Amino acid sequence: MIADEQYIFKPESKRKISIVLGVGILLFVLGIIMAKSSGGHHEGGHAATEISKTLVASTDQEGGHEATAHEAGASEHHGSAPWVKRIYTSLWHNNIFFAGIGIIGLFFVAIQYAAQAGWSAPIKRIPLAMGQWIPFAGILMLLIWFVAKGDLFHWTHHDLYDPASADYDKILDQKSVYFFWLGSKGGFPTFYILRMVAFFSLWYWFYTLIKKQMLAEDLNGGTQYWYSARKLSAYFLVIFAVSSSVSAWDWVMSIDPHWFSTMFGWYVFASWWVTGLAVITLIVINLKSAGYLKMVTANHLHDLGKFVFAFSVFWTYIWFSQFLLIYYANIPEETVYFIERMKHAPYSWIFYTNLILNFVLPFLLLMTRDAKRHASMLKVVCPIVIAGHWFDFYNMITPGVMQYNGGVGLLEIGLALIFAAVFVWVVLSALSKVPLVAKNHPMMEESLNHHI
Amino acid sequence: MSSTGEKFLVGIFDDEDVLLHGVEGIREKGVRIHEVYTPFPVHGLDEVLGYKRSRLPIAAFLFGLTGTSLALIMQIWMLGFDWPMIIGGKNFVSLPPFIPVTFELTVLLAALGMVATFFIVSDMKPYKTPRSFDIRSTDDKHVMAIDLAANKLSKEEIGQILKAHGASEVNEKNF
Repeated sequence: MIADEQYIFKPESKRKISIVLGVGILLFVLGIIMAKSSGGHHEGGHAATEISKTLVASTDQEGGHEATAHEAGASEHHGSAPWVKRIYTSLWHNNIFFAGIGIIGLFFVAIQYAAQAGWSAPIKRIPLAMGQWIPFAGILMLLIWFVAKGDLFHWTHHDLYDPASADYDKILDQKSVYFFWLGSKGGFPTFYILRMVAFFSLWYWFYTLIKKQMLAEDLNGGTQYWYSARKLSAYFLVIFAVSSSVSAWDWVMSIDPHWFSTMFGWYVFASWWVTGLAVITLIVINLKSAGYLKMVTANHLHDLGKFVFAFSVFWTYIWFSQFLLIYYANIPEETVYFIERMKHAPYSWIFYTNLILNFVLPFLLLMTRDAKRHASMLKVVCPIVIAGHWFDFYNMITPGVMQYNGGVGLLEIGLALIFAAVFVWVVLSALSKVPLVAKNHPMMEESLNHHI
Repeated sequence: MSSTGEKFLVGIFDDEDVLLHGVEGIREKGVRIHEVYTPFPVHGLDEVLGYKRSRLPIAAFLFGLTGTSLALIMQIWMLGFDWPMIIGGKNFVSLPPFIPVTFELTVLLAALGMVATFFIVSDMKPYKTPRSFDIRSTDDKHVMAIDLAANKLSKEEIGQILKAHGASEVNEKNF
C-alpha cells in the first residue's frame, strides 16, 4: 500500500515561482520609485516628528510625562530618508514572518514526535522541508540587523545611555543589560547578537539532528530512529519554549523599547504557529492535487483544518488577553502602543482587518466539519490566514519604526512576493531531495487507517 | 412494566470486526436493523449502519448564538441604560469589557442546550426505565436488535441470516 513517493521539482513549478519572483521585484522597484518621489526626504521626517509629539502629548494627559518625552525622543533619530527606512522595515518584517514559518516547520515535526502522533506520518516531510529555511532566515536576520539597526532599533543609539547627553533615557539605561551585557552600554550589543546567533544555530542544529534520524529510518527501518527523534524533539521543544519568547522580545518588541507586554512572546508564537499550520495545509493540498501524497485522505485534511481553526481562535484569545489588560489598566506608557495602531490612518484599517482576517473569517468559514474536510474551503481559508498574519506582523513592526510615514504599498507587497517565492523555492527543492513519504515510519499503518 | 407488544430478534456478536462485516452483509440482505449496542465505541459502525450525521452541531451553533446575543443585550441594557456606572472612565457601553461575559454565556448556553437537545432527542428523561436488549452489551458482547414488525422477512429467515453473518447467539426479546 505504501508506495515510494518522490517529489520532483518540475521546471514548470520553477517557472511559476520565477514569475512570482519577477512580479515581486517589479512591484518592489516601482514601490521604491513611488515612495522616493512622493515623500520629501526631510519634510516627511520632520512632519512625522511633529505629529508624533502632538499625538503622544494628547494621549498622555495624566502622568506619563517621562514617557511622552521618550516617545517624542524616539522619532528625533530619523536617520535615513523615509523611503530607505521603509525598505528596512519591510525587509525586517518579511524576514521575521518567513523565519517564523520555517521554525514552525521544525516545531510541528517536534510536536508530532513528542505527542506520539500517528495521523501525521505521511505529511511530516513537508514541515521538515520548511525547516530548511532556518539558516537562510538566520543569515538574512543578521545582515538586515547590521544594515538597518540604527533605523529599526531606537535602543541602539549610544547617546541614550550617556547621562550627560540631552537624549539620556533613564528607562532604557535601566534596561540596557538586556542588550549590552558583556559589552559596554550603547556600544556593540553583545548579549543581543549572541542570542540571535545562538537561537538560529540551535534551531538549525536540531533541524539537522532530527532530519538525520528521519532519513536513517527510511534506509534501515526499525523503531530506534523514531525513539531518538522523539528524544531530540523533547529537548528541542524545551529550548524552543524559551527561545521563541525571547526572540519575540528581541526582534519585535524591542522596536518599541519603552513599551512592554508580558503576553508578547506568546502572541508572536501564536501568530507564527497558525501561519505555519496554514502553510503546511496549503502545501499538502497543492501536492495532493498535483497527484502526490495518495495516502492523505479527508481525515488528514480534517486534522489540519482543525489545527488552523483551533489556533486561529487561540491567536484571538492571546490577542484579546493582551488588549483587554492594557485597555482596562489604562496606563499611558502601555496604551500608546494601541493608540498608535488603532486611531491613526496608515494603521487603523490594518488593525481591524487583522481581526477580520485572522478571527472572524477562519472562525466562521472553518466551523463546520465539511469545511475542514474539503480542500476547496481550506484553499480559501489558508491564504486568508497567511495574509492576515502578514498584516499582523506588519502592525507589530512598522508603526514603531515609521511612525506616520508607513503604509502598505507596492514596496511592501513586492517584497512579500520576493520572500514568498524564495521561501517556496527553498522548501520545494528541500522536499525534492528526500523521499516525500517516510518509508519505514512505525506509525504509517495507523495513519493509513486514520478515521475521524 | 406493561407490555408494548413489540417483538425483537437479538443477535449477539463477540468480535467487532465480525460485527462490522455482519452489519454490511445483513443490511445487503434487506434486513432493517433497529440498533446496535456495543460495550465500547466501534469505529465505522455508524457508517455501515447508514446513519446520517447528527444535526446536533447546528443546534449547538444556534444555542451559542442565543448566548452571544443574550449576553450582549443584557450587558448593554444593565450597564448602559438601567444602571449606568463609571468604571475606569470607560464609556457606559463599550465592547471590550463585555467580551469575557459574552464568551462565557455563549459557551454555557451552547453546552447546556446541546445536552438538553441530546436528552430530548434520545428520549432520555428522569424515571424512564431504559430498554435493555441484552445486559451483556455493557460487558463484552455486541448486541444487534432487529424489530420484527419493521421487517418483511420472517423470524426464522432473519435468524438464519444473523447466524450466517457471525452471530454467536440469536435470541428473542419482547417488550
